[in-house]
Amino acid sequence: MPLLPVFLPTDVLLWLLVIAAVGYGIYCARRPHLAQPWSRVFRSPGAVVAGVLLGCYLLIGLADSLHFRARLEQASASGQAAYAPEVLSLLDVALARLRAGTERSYSAPLATRAFVREMVEQPDGTTRRGFPRLRQGGAHLEDESQWTEDIARRALLGLACGAALWLLLLWSIRPLMRRAPAVPWRAGLITVGVLLALSGPVVVLAGGYHVLGTDKVGQDVLLLSLKSVRTSLVIGTLTTLVILPFGITFGVVAGYFRGWVDDVIQYVYTTLNSIPGVLLIAAAVLMMQVYVDSHPDLFPTAAQRADLRLLFLCIILGVTSWTGLTRLLRGETLKLAELEYVQAAHAFGVSHGRVLSRHLVPNLMHIVVISVAIDFSTLVLTEAVLSYIGVGVDPTTVSFGTMINGARLEMSREPIVWWSLSAAFVFMFTLVLSANLLADAVRDAFDPRVRIGVA
Amino acid sequence: MSDATQRTDRAGPTASGAAGERVLEVDGLQTDLASGAEIVHAVDGVSFELRRGECFALVGESGCGKSMTAMSLMRLLPAAGEITGGAVRLETQDLLALPEVAMRAVRGRRVAMIFQEPATSLNPVLTVGRQITEVLERHLDMTGQAARRRALELLDAVGVPDAARRLEEYPFQLSGGLRQRVMIAAALAADPEVLIADEATTALDVTIQAQILELLQGLQAARGMAILLITHDLGIVARLADRVAVMYAGEIVEFGTREGVMRAPQHPYTQMLFASLPSASRRGMPLAAIPGQVPSLARVHTLPGCRFEARCNQALARCRDVKPPMIALGQGVDAGRVRCHLRSEGRAAARAPLSAPEIWAEAEAGEASAPTLLRVENLQVHFPIQRGILRRTVGTVRAVDGVDLLLREGRTLALVGESGCGKTTAGKAILRLIEPSGGRVTLAESGAQVDLATLSRAALRGRRGVMQIVFQDPFASLNPRMRVREILEEGMVSLGRGGADAAARAQRVAALLEQVGLPGEALARYPHEFSGGQRQRIAIARALAVEPRLIVCDEPTSALDVSVQAQILNLLKQLQQDLGLSYLFITHNLAVVEYLAHEIAVMYLGRIVERGAVHEVLRRPQHPYTRALLSAVPEVDGVREVIRLGGEPPSAANPPAGCHFHPRCPQVRPDCRAAYPPAIAASPTHTARCVLLAPSPGSARA
Amino acid sequence: MFAYIVRRVLYAIPILIGVNLITFTLFFVVNTPDDMARMHLGTKRVTAEAISKWKLERGYDKPLLWNTTATGSAKLTSTIFFERSMRLFRFDFGAAEDGRDIAREIRGRMLPSFALALPVFLVGLAVNISFALMLAFFRATYLDTWGVVFCVAMMSVSTLFYIIGGQYLISKLWHLVPISGYARGPDALRFLVLPVIIGIVSGFGTSARLYRTLFLEEMSKDYVRTAKAKGLAERVVMFRHVLRNAMIPILTGVVVVLPALFFGSLITESFFGIPGLGSYTIDAIQAQDFAVVRAMVFIGSVLYILGLLATDLSYTLVDPRVRFQ
Repeated sequence: MPLLPVFLPTDVLLWLLVIAAVGYGIYCARRPHLAQPWSRVFRSPGAVVAGVLLGCYLLIGLADSLHFRARLEQASASGQAAYAPEVLSLLDVALARLRAGTERSYSAPLATRAFVREMVEQPDGTTRRGFPRLRQGGAHLEDESQWTEDIARRALLGLACGAALWLLLLWSIRPLMRRAPAVPWRAGLITVGVLLALSGPVVVLAGGYHVLGTDKVGQDVLLLSLKSVRTSLVIGTLTTLVILPFGITFGVVAGYFRGWVDDVIQYVYTTLNSIPGVLLIAAAVLMMQVYVDSHPDLFPTAAQRADLRLLFLCIILGVTSWTGLTRLLRGETLKLAELEYVQAAHAFGVSHGRVLSRHLVPNLMHIVVISVAIDFSTLVLTEAVLSYIGVGVDPTTVSFGTMINGARLEMSREPIVWWSLSAAFVFMFTLVLSANLLADAVRDAFDPRVRIGVA
Repeated sequence: MSDATQRTDRAGPTASGAAGERVLEVDGLQTDLASGAEIVHAVDGVSFELRRGECFALVGESGCGKSMTAMSLMRLLPAAGEITGGAVRLETQDLLALPEVAMRAVRGRRVAMIFQEPATSLNPVLTVGRQITEVLERHLDMTGQAARRRALELLDAVGVPDAARRLEEYPFQLSGGLRQRVMIAAALAADPEVLIADEATTALDVTIQAQILELLQGLQAARGMAILLITHDLGIVARLADRVAVMYAGEIVEFGTREGVMRAPQHPYTQMLFASLPSASRRGMPLAAIPGQVPSLARVHTLPGCRFEARCNQALARCRDVKPPMIALGQGVDAGRVRCHLRSEGRAAARAPLSAPEIWAEAEAGEASAPTLLRVENLQVHFPIQRGILRRTVGTVRAVDGVDLLLREGRTLALVGESGCGKTTAGKAILRLIEPSGGRVTLAESGAQVDLATLSRAALRGRRGVMQIVFQDPFASLNPRMRVREILEEGMVSLGRGGADAAARAQRVAALLEQVGLPGEALARYPHEFSGGQRQRIAIARALAVEPRLIVCDEPTSALDVSVQAQILNLLKQLQQDLGLSYLFITHNLAVVEYLAHEIAVMYLGRIVERGAVHEVLRRPQHPYTRALLSAVPEVDGVREVIRLGGEPPSAANPPAGCHFHPRCPQVRPDCRAAYPPAIAASPTHTARCVLLAPSPGSARA
Repeated sequence: MFAYIVRRVLYAIPILIGVNLITFTLFFVVNTPDDMARMHLGTKRVTAEAISKWKLERGYDKPLLWNTTATGSAKLTSTIFFERSMRLFRFDFGAAEDGRDIAREIRGRMLPSFALALPVFLVGLAVNISFALMLAFFRATYLDTWGVVFCVAMMSVSTLFYIIGGQYLISKLWHLVPISGYARGPDALRFLVLPVIIGIVSGFGTSARLYRTLFLEEMSKDYVRTAKAKGLAERVVMFRHVLRNAMIPILTGVVVVLPALFFGSLITESFFGIPGLGSYTIDAIQAQDFAVVRAMVFIGSVLYILGLLATDLSYTLVDPRVRFQ
C-alpha cells in the first residue's frame, strides 16, 4: 500500500458528523413536517448564498480531514514498508506546490522579490543589501518586466476556466431547477459564478506566485488561510457534539421531572455559568497543557498532540457552554409537559422514557437546530480570541486565531504588512457571515413565533 | 373650563343627530391578506350601515371575516392586510380616503373599539388611570387633575367599584371583568359616536358576560351611541342587537332585524346555524350539523356560484354556477335581505328539520336504576403556597375541596361551573393526571370496588384503559410529530388493550376511524392537516382505542364553532348509544348540558353546590348560584330576566368564610357566613348546599 | 419581597462553594502540585529536591484535603483546599508568582477597568437601543432590511479585527489618539477614547439586532393594537407603550453584567495596555500564574452572582407585576 491512513480523532468525529447530517437529511426528507421548514430555509436567497459558501468551506475542510502518511521509497531493513513521519491530508497534496514553495520571510501578494532587505549575492560575487528574488514567487520569469503580461495571461486563463466550469454546472443542474422552481437558483448560481471567477485566476496564479503573499517565516498565506478552515469547522461543529447530549438531557430532564432533579441541574448550570467563560476555558486549557506536558509519552507525534489539543479544546468549550441550551430546553419542556397530548399519554400509562422520547424531544428539535446554527459562528469567533490569548489551539495548528496572533504586530511595521491579516479577515468574515445568514434563515423557518406575525 | 362645558362641547355631533339616522356606512369593502404566496380574500364586498343609537351585530363563525371587517373600519389591519376596495363613510367622510394623521383623529374620538382579550389588550406596565387619561389627552386636550377627575367619572360610569383606588392600579391587579370595564371606559373617554365591540365578552364567564352586556346596553341607551357588535354567539345577538347581519366566507349572506333573523331566518346557512345549537328542546334528536367545511378564503374567487352551495341542504342546480344577488324581502329600511337563489324563486323559508329525526332511545325517568360505575367521595386537590426564606408552606389553594360525584353506566354526568371553579382539576384528579390530596375514587370492577386514588402507579396502569379523557384544545391535544396511526396505537401498545398484535391493531385502528367518521387515508397523515373538528374526532378515536367505559370530556366543544360542535355532540351521543359509554362532561356551556347530560353537578370554588337529574336542576334550580348561572346564559329563543351577580368569583387560596358564594349571593342571610351549608335534599335525586333549603335557619348548622 | 431577596442571597453561598470546588478540582486534582512544579521548572532533569523546594515556597507542600500529620482542627485547616480555596471567601488571595499581593493588585486595577467598561456599557446601550428602535419604527422597509444585514455583518467580524483595525485607522493613520497606554486622572480620557469606541462597535451588531427582535415582539401584542385604536400617534405608541415594555427584558438582560464592569474587558485592555483587571488576567494566563487565575475566577463569579441579584432586584423596579407580588 502506498499510503498509511491516519485516523486523527477529529477526522473521525467530523466524518461521523457528516454521515449523521446526511442521515438526518434523508430522515427529514421522508417526513413532510420536518422537510417543510428546511424547504422554507432554502427558499430564502440569503440562505442559498450562505449555503453555497459554507458548502465550499466544508469541501475544503473535509479534504483537509483525510490524513495519511506517505510510503517512503527505500524499504527499511526488515523488509517492512516504512512511512514518512509527516502526516499529510488530501488538501496538503492538492496544495503541494504552495507547501513546498516557502520563502525566507515576508513577501507581498504576487511579488517577485522579498519584502525585507537582505544581503544579496551579486552576479559578480560581492554581496550588498537589497531585495532578493523569491525562491518561488515569479521564479519562472526570466525577466521581471514580463510580470504584468504573465499575471494578465494567467488571470485570463483562470477566468476562462472558471467561466467554462460555470457553464458546465449551469447545464448539468437544469433538470433540477425545473423540479424545484421555488428555490432561488439564480442567487446560488451567481454566488457560484463569483466564486469561480475569483478562484479560477487564483488557482492559475498560484502556480507561479504567492497570490496572498507570504508571512514572517515565508509560508504561503493562501495555504494558511485554507488550512485554517478545517480548524474553524472542527471547533464549530464538534463542540456542538459535546453540547447536545448535555444540553438536551439536562434540559429535558429538569423540565419534565422538576422537583429536586430540576434543583440540582439548575444549581449545576448556575454554578458553571457564574464562572466567567473565558476564564474557565483558560483555566481548563492551562491544566490540560500541564497534563500533556507532564505525560509526553501518551502523544507520540506532533500532529497527534496538536489534534488531541484541538479535540480537548472542543470538549472544554462544550462543557462550558451547554448551559445556554439547557436553560432554553428546560423552559420549553416545562411548557410542553403541560400540553394536553403529554397528559393524554399519561392517561395511557405511557412510561416516562417514551413520553420523553416520543412526545417531548421531537417537539423540541427546532430549538436544538436553531441553537446549533447560532452556536457555530459564536464558536468560530471564540476560537480566534482564545488563540490570541494563548489558550486556544496548539501553536502548530493553523487557525484564524493563530494567524491573527502571528500578524498582530505587522500593522505597526513600516511599511505595513497587511496581507496576512487581510486574508484571515476575508476568509473568517465570509465563513462567519455565511453561518450567521444561514442561522437567521433557519431561525425564521423553524421558530413558530416568527411566523405568527403573518397569520 | 369646567367639566360640564367640556361635556356639552363634546356632545356636539352626537346631539345634532337624531336616533335612527345613518352614522357609518360600509360600501363594498374588500380586504385581502397576504398569506405566503396566496391572497386570502378575508372581506369580500361587505356593505352595511350603522345607525345612531342602534346595536348592529355582525355574526359569523371563526374565519368568516367579521373581525377583519372591524379592523378594516379602524384601518388597523395587520402588516399583511390591505384594503383593496370599497368605502367606509363616517357621516359624509370616507375614512379610507383620509390621510393617516386625520384617521388617527377619528380613532378613539369618533370610532372606538374594544377587544376580546382584556388580559392582553391593556398595557401591563401602565396604570389603569394612565390608559384612560391618554385618550383624554390625545383627543380632548385634557390633562392633570381635570383628566383624572374625568377618568374617575368614567370608571364610575362603567361600574368599577372603588374607582379612586383602581386608577393607581395596574391591569394585572384587576380581574377579567374589571379589565374589560376599564377597556370600555377608555373607549368611551372621548364620547365616540361608534363603538366597535369585537368579541368583547367571549373570554369572560357567563355571569361576568351578563354584567358586561348589561353595561353596554345601559351605556348605549344613555349616550345614544351606535354599537357594532362582532360576535359568534347567537345568544348575545338575541340579547343585545337591534339589527343583524350574518357573514359567511367573507360575505354577508343575510340581513334583518333581530326578530326577523331569530324567528324566521331566510338563508339556509342561518337556518342550519340555529338548528345546530344544542338545547333542551332538541334532546333526543341529533343536531343539524352543517356538513363539510367553509371554503378556503384564498380560493373563493374561483367559485362561480354561491359559496355555501357545497354544504347547503336546499341547493338548486344554478346555485353552483350563478352567484346569488342580495335580494330584499320587502319594503322599508328594516326589511330583511338575503343572498340566496331560493328567495328569488319566491320560495318560502324552509325551517324544517334538517336531517331525518332519528330519536335516540332514552329513558328520562328511572336513571337511578343503571348500575354505578364510578363513585367519587370527598375528592380533594390542594396546592401548597410556598413563601418565605425557606419556602415554607404558608397556605393552600383548595382547587378541589371535597367533591362527591356518582357516575352510572351508560349515562352522562355534567360537571358545570365557571372558569377557575376547579372542574377541570377535579376531572384530571379522577384520572390521576393530577395527584389528589385526599378522598376516594371507587371504580366498580366486575363486582369488586377499587380505590383509584390510592393505587400504586403500576396497579393504576392496569386500569388506565377503563377511563380516558378528551381535551378542550384540539390543537394542543395531538402531538404534531406523530402520524394519526401512531397516535391511535399509542395507548393500545402501552396498555396492551384493543389489539393483541400489529395486525389486530391495524384492523382496530381502521374500525375506529370509521366509527368517528374519518376516511381511512387519514392514518398516514399528521395532525396539522386536519381541521379543529376532525382533530377532535381523532382525539375521541384515540380515547376509544383502549375500549374505555368512561370518558372524561373536558370542554370538548368549547374551542369549536357551533356547526362543528353539533357534529361532535352527535358523535358523542351516537358512541354512547352504541358502546354504552359513560361520560363525565366538564363544561361551562349549559345549553350543551341541557341537550346531552342525564345528571348534573354544579361547582363553585372547589365544591359541588347543587346536583341532581338534569331536568330537576335546570327546571327547578335550588341554589341561588345555579339560578344566576342559568339566567345569565344568553338564549336565542326569548329573552329572560337576568339575575345579576355582583363581583367575581373569589380566589380558592382565600375562600370566604361560611358559604363560599355568600358575598355574591342576592339572597344572602346572616347565617350564610357561619358555616358551609350541608347538602339538603330537594327530592330523592336532587340536593343543594344552601341554607335557603333548610326548614329553619338554625338547622343549617347541624 | 424581603424574604425573596434573602433567599437569593443565601443561594449565592452554595454557588460560590461550587465554584470553589470546580476551581480546586481543576487546579489541584487534575494536575497535582508536582505537575505544576515540573512545568514551571522545566520538564527535563528536574530533581525531586527542586520540586519540593518549589512547592514549599508556594505552600503547595501540604495534603489536598485531609492532613493526617496535623492534630486537631489543623487536620482540616492545614491543607491546600482550606488554605487556597476557603481563604478566597475572605478575599485573601495570597501572592502572585512575582510575590506581589494579589488582593492589593486587584484593588488598584479595578478603577481603570471600570473607567473603560462603564462608558462602553452606557453609550453602547443608548446607541444600540436607538438604532433598534429606528429599525423597529421603519419595520418591513428597506431601511429595516439593510439595517439587519448591517447588524449581522457587524457581528460576523471578530473583536480582534475591530481592535487591530481601529488602532491602525485612528491612531496610526490619522494620529488622533495614542495607540495604547494609560494615565491616571483626567489624562486617562485620551487613552480611553479609542478602546471605548471599539468596545461599543464590537458589541453593536448582536445587541442592536436582539433589541430589534424584542421591540417587534412587543409591537405584535394586543395592547399595541388597543393603543392605536385610541388614535395615538405611532411615535407615542413606540415610546409610551412599546419601549416601556421592551425595556423590561432589555434592562434585566444588561443588569446582570453591571457588576462585571469592574472585571473589565480581557482583550481590549490587554491590546491597549490599560492596567485593569482584564489585562491582569490575560497576563496571568500567559504567564501561567495559577494563583492569580484562581483569584480572578473567584472574583468573576462573585461579580456574576451580584449581577444575578441585581437582576432580581431590577425586575421589581421596572415590572409592576413583580413589584406588587
